[in-house]
Amino acid sequence: MKPEALIEFRKNAEELEIVGSGAWTAANAGRLDALIGAESRHDRSRVKVDMSGVREFDTYGAWFLERLLRDTEEIESQPAFGLPDRFRGLFEKVHETNRRRPSKRKGGKGLIGGLEGVGRSVEGAANETLRYLDVVGAVVIDCIDVILVRRRPRLASFTHQLDRVGVKSVPIIVLLTLLIGAIIAQQAVFYFRRFGAEDYVVDLVGVLVLRELGVLIVAILVAGRCGSSYTAELGSMKMNEEIDALRTMGRGPIEVLVLPRVAALVFALPLLTFIGSIAALYGGGAVAWLYAGMEPGFFIARLREAVSISDFAVGMIKSPFMALVIGIIACAEGLKVKGSAESLGAQTTASVVKSIFSVIVMDGVFAIFFSSIGM
Amino acid sequence: MLDLDSMLAVQLHDLVVSFDDQIVLDHLDLDVPAGKLFGLVGASGAGKSVLLRAILGLIPRREGRIEIFGLDRVAASAEELRELERHWGVLYQQGALFSSLTVLQNIEFPMREYLDLSPSTMREIAMTKLEMVGLAPEDGDKFPAALSGGMTKRAALARALALDPHIVFLDEPTSGLDPIAAQEFDALIRTLHQTLGFTVFMITHDLESLRTLCDEIAALADGKIAAVGTLQTMLASQHPWVRAYFAGERGRSLLSPVHAI
Ligand SMILES: Nc1ncnc2c1ncn2[C@@H]1O[C@H](COP(=O)(O)OP(=O)(O)OP(=O)(O)O)[C@@H](O)[C@H]1O
Ligand SMILES: [Mg+2]
Repeated sequence: MKPEALIEFRKNAEELEIVGSGAWTAANAGRLDALIGAESRHDRSRVKVDMSGVREFDTYGAWFLERLLRDTEEIESQPAFGLPDRFRGLFEKVHETNRRRPSKRKGGKGLIGGLEGVGRSVEGAANETLRYLDVVGAVVIDCIDVILVRRRPRLASFTHQLDRVGVKSVPIIVLLTLLIGAIIAQQAVFYFRRFGAEDYVVDLVGVLVLRELGVLIVAILVAGRCGSSYTAELGSMKMNEEIDALRTMGRGPIEVLVLPRVAALVFALPLLTFIGSIAALYGGGAVAWLYAGMEPGFFIARLREAVSISDFAVGMIKSPFMALVIGIIACAEGLKVKGSAESLGAQTTASVVKSIFSVIVMDGVFAIFFSSIGM
Repeated sequence: MLDLDSMLAVQLHDLVVSFDDQIVLDHLDLDVPAGKLFGLVGASGAGKSVLLRAILGLIPRREGRIEIFGLDRVAASAEELRELERHWGVLYQQGALFSSLTVLQNIEFPMREYLDLSPSTMREIAMTKLEMVGLAPEDGDKFPAALSGGMTKRAALARALALDPHIVFLDEPTSGLDPIAAQEFDALIRTLHQTLGFTVFMITHDLESLRTLCDEIAALADGKIAAVGTLQTMLASQHPWVRAYFAGERGRSLLSPVHAI
């Protein structure tokens, strides 16, 4: 079937006649757009429009007609271009639209624009630092209030969060740290065997896991598993105006939402670190036994010599600080979410990336600190 | 088979929808004539939104048949469904604008999916729609989070009308608007309805809209259609809930002009 003609441009000596026909509707909008766009618009001094042949007409058709007419200067035609009566109301409505251009926002160009960008990002970074400090300050104040019994601690919420981030994280953390302990031990056995120094596998696994890897792996896992969910939760509450509702009921989001979450994390992370480190040692011990034939009894005896209590302490001391950083970043990012689903996603990503980054940087700072005090 | 010239826009037969143990729609029958402004009333929680979502195929039915322009979603092919979806527009109770797109982009979204238009034409038509629903051109660049409740409704209507559909489903279009805006909104729907000839299936609590706008009204109670017909039929109905609704204090005072005529 040949598609029906929609529009025809008839050029006479001194006038252009535009004849519309058929269905000027959404279904034909693509064709109409192309037909009208393709018509060169040179001679528009005298134009006659005849729409009497149009059978169907909707907003799309009305807009195309309106646009044709707007491009012309002088119009000579029968009233309303012969448009059937039933379409006139719609056409008049469309005729009034698109008159005013929304004022365009001015964007700087070139050097000025570049400088503006730099300025804005510096301002953004400063604001962000302030916002973090704000959250930290509010958490500290609320914490003091709770300690001084000026405010009821939110125990129910705290225990619920503790269950979520603590208890429910145990299986995955045990599994992963066990594997990592095993992998380190296997690699160590493989290389140390060449020097006949297999016994030192225990030293390597013990020191590495207790001082660094245990806490680092656990913190990164928790940042990915719990930090992201904190951000998403607070963010969607923000989108739903739940946080505003809390505020108007005289309860700050920090007290009700952030404090229990951060506290649960600070409480849970040392325990998880302990569990994770032990699991990693088990993993290492198992590989040493199965792969290198090192008796468990020997492994434990050697471990006692190799690691001191200070190695263990170094790992454990770090963990609550890391928890604090993860919790604060996750909650602050959550509270930064704006109305859109996209910003929720962006903030969740930012939360995970920033907390993992901070955890690693902190670990480095702690390493310098502990070695300078000789731990 | 999809028949856009069919006399009946929506046909529900023996429809049952339930959640777990709660039966929301209980063997419901309803015919919505094409080209009419059809209003659905019912108590809060009666299942109006559920009915709408069942018609749209968003929640499964347990029994019964739903036909839109003669097409049952269950039996329809993928092309038929796509064709149908191109010819309906939906205004959700909460607006449901895409939060990461601006208002104009929201209106352009269905055009981009279904029509082959140049970006500038698309922008112009989106702008036309925007102004037709009574928003200012400047509002087009706002994100949904920055809109007031009424503006959200209007923007959502503009998106529902983006493809000049044959049927529009409106879930409480005038709730949350001030009376003047609600009146304008009703007038707008009527103008668009008259010029474009689409069917309107409207859920509403607004007696004023029912009085001035709707050609036909159905009342949903106890999971069934308790009464269906013109406003006069409603006023004459003996069903207890329908009586309470239309003959109550508010109903009488708002609807009295009808008696005066
Ligand atoms: N997804 C769901 N799961 C379970 N129950 C639901 C679900 N959606 C709706 N319901 C129940 O179905 C019933 C009808 O809800 P519905 O949203 O249709 O009410 P409504 O008539 O639209 O009310 P309103 O006028 O307040 O919008 C309610 O009891 C509601 O709790
Ligand atoms: Mg509802």
